[in-house]
Amino acid sequence: MMKWLLKGGRVVDPANGIDGAYDVLVSDGVIAKVGRDLPVSLAEGGQVIALSPAFVVCPGFIDMHVHLREPGQEHKETVATGVASAVAGGFTAVACMPNTKPVNDNAGVTELILKKAADAGLARVYPIGAVSRGQQGEQLADIAELKAAGCVAISDDGHPVSTALLARRAMEYAGMFKMPLIEHCEDPSLKGDGVVHEGPMAASLGLKGIPGIAEAITAGRDILIAEMVGGHVHVAHMSAWTTLEAVRQGKSRGVNVTCEVAPHHFTLTDALLAAPVPYDTDTKMNPPLREAKDRDAMLAGIRDGSVDVIATDHAPHHADEKHVEYDRAPFGIVGLETAIPIALDTLVHAGVIRLPRLVELMSVNPARILNVPGGSLAEGQVADITILAPEQSVTIDKTQFVSKSKNTPYHGWTFRGVAAATIVGGRVVYVNAASGLALTAEGR
Amino acid sequence: MTTPTTEVALPATALRGKDLLGIAELTPEEILLILDTTEAMKEISQRQIKKVPALRGRTVVNLFFEPSTRTRTSFEIAEKRLSADTLGVAVASSSVVKGETLVDTARNIEAMGPSMIVLRHASSGAPHLLARICKSPIINAGDGLHEHPTQALLDAFTIRERKGRIAGLKVAIVGDLLHSRVLRSNVLLLTKLGADVWVCGPPTLIPMGLQAMGVTTTTSVDAAVEGADVVMMLRIQLERMEGGFFPSLREYFTVFGMTEARLRRAKPDVIVMHPGPINRGVEISSDVADGPYSVILDQVANGVAARMAVLYLLAGGGAHDEVVA
Repeated sequence: MMKWLLKGGRVVDPANGIDGAYDVLVSDGVIAKVGRDLPVSLAEGGQVIALSPAFVVCPGFIDMHVHLREPGQEHKETVATGVASAVAGGFTAVACMPNTKPVNDNAGVTELILKKAADAGLARVYPIGAVSRGQQGEQLADIAELKAAGCVAISDDGHPVSTALLARRAMEYAGMFKMPLIEHCEDPSLKGDGVVHEGPMAASLGLKGIPGIAEAITAGRDILIAEMVGGHVHVAHMSAWTTLEAVRQGKSRGVNVTCEVAPHHFTLTDALLAAPVPYDTDTKMNPPLREAKDRDAMLAGIRDGSVDVIATDHAPHHADEKHVEYDRAPFGIVGLETAIPIALDTLVHAGVIRLPRLVELMSVNPARILNVPGGSLAEGQVADITILAPEQSVTIDKTQFVSKSKNTPYHGWTFRGVAAATIVGGRVVYVNAASGLALTAEGR
Repeated sequence: MTTPTTEVALPATALRGKDLLGIAELTPEEILLILDTTEAMKEISQRQIKKVPALRGRTVVNLFFEPSTRTRTSFEIAEKRLSADTLGVAVASSSVVKGETLVDTARNIEAMGPSMIVLRHASSGAPHLLARICKSPIINAGDGLHEHPTQALLDAFTIRERKGRIAGLKVAIVGDLLHSRVLRSNVLLLTKLGADVWVCGPPTLIPMGLQAMGVTTTTSVDAAVEGADVVMMLRIQLERMEGGFFPSLREYFTVFGMTEARLRRAKPDVIVMHPGPINRGVEISSDVADGPYSVILDQVANGVAARMAVLYLLAGGGAHDEVVA
């Protein structure tokens, strides 16, 4: 469609202070106009899409932490299946971590990912380049080359940046390209060969623990470095209350530190390791599910504004890889197709935050942190739009996931709130058939 | 209107579960059932002909992914005394070295129709994984750092044999608490039966949050042993020193080793236990290990009877069946 008018829904666009009954005119892939009661004549030559007020029109949701696994681990996920999963989950864009095989530490890999993304033509893909060559933690990757090829940030995700010195150099160097350092905060010596959160549950299950402070120590290190060199550190998948304290302190001192929390860390605790299915490897992720105190701290940080972003850490693994002994299973769960239902239900409906704040967490802030288009429905912005049906319930059925992998602890859980449609660059790329939305996804 | 009813816990006559994954899954009544059955099994072990036909025609596979002499021998003797056909699969000769997963190995063994699988594995939770995919009962013969339920059952039997009860006894467990599955199973069992459990070791070898299991933790051996009815020593493995948990074996013995002098703080009729294999001069002095309070070899003997009881009950035997035919 070249031109169309979304008419009658609730528009939530916190970047422009909008929350109410507005209409959105899209033309040639960009937002042409947002206003009350726009005349249908504006859509002349195009189409008018009437929405009931039950639908919420938002700037497109951006998941700034996913693993698309291509190149190298296509049995888990490919760029094509990953972006299909993203749009089915209501995301218009994803930023993908560089721990592919080979590592995304050079323009060749970045270009391959972007080509696969263009071929798929669904969600936008923003590659994240490696901090260090081969993510080996020794020598900086060619960050200017990565930037030129399309990378939007750097990270050695999967591992922390190996030393304080390398983290310093990375922040200093990447700062000149306005690329944040996204840090997987984890002190390797305290992690050891731990597989779950260190606490009473680990003690009773006989599993080796990773203490919460393993995360906070590295976060604290990087916040001090960012403060000294004027860099930007973004704390990935924050899980421990002590890390949140470190972030809050950094923010209060004016340090350029931002952070994200994954849905599992604000909904689940390590109680899930013992029941209903003991030692279920779909409860194993890094950072691990922690205690109620940590989970509640994540909710408090989301509520009080300390948390900037909700990101899924979508980490697909093949069922065979997960169907092994707990300590031998890979870390990670998929998240793209469950994030919006979880967030709407456990944050918005539960009264932790209101909808505009959720849009900040999942659209406005990721766009700002990564310095990418979107996050706003201002005139002239790309027409990346997520339409929500907040009152519609869904029971998670992993067998229906579009992602290649099904590793989720949420199978069978029911949540209130879904993504009804995903629109990228003015093109409808996903419609939730159950939502009753009078739209159909367009072919290419 | 509803009237209050008094619930009476009836003695268990059979195990509820298909498997023995850990003490965690057992009720106190089930534990007592196993201990009572062990009594009957011990009587068999004292006969001239130490064999009954209870498991005749049944095949028990002992699937051991970790080296074990004591536990494996004990299970094999227990199985043979019950007339089961036994088969040992050891890690060195198994398919695991060829890259087969535990799940596939188990499915292959299950396809051959065993009656029961006894599993020893280095990963905590491995028996739980097998129990989900196998129809055969799984007996946990030690999983990682998690549980070693038959050890705790034989320990409880030994305590009850000497003390006549478990409730109200002060039990001190001293040693490497972090890496011990024997500790976890014993704590679960002893607290379920009402003992006062004290655990003691260097702080580096006490797991965070262990208190949540209902024990008193201390780093003072004297405090742990004071007035104890039972002192249970846990093995210190050499690699723990190399892992930096304590400076030297010599220093460990100085601070935590069980000696005659330390034992004097316990009750006069204290018993000293050790799951074996013992490190003389590291966690326990020879005069204690071989002394009058030691029941270490009784534990080994009772291990066969306790495992017979578990095998028998999981094979479908009930408390009122005739086991001694």
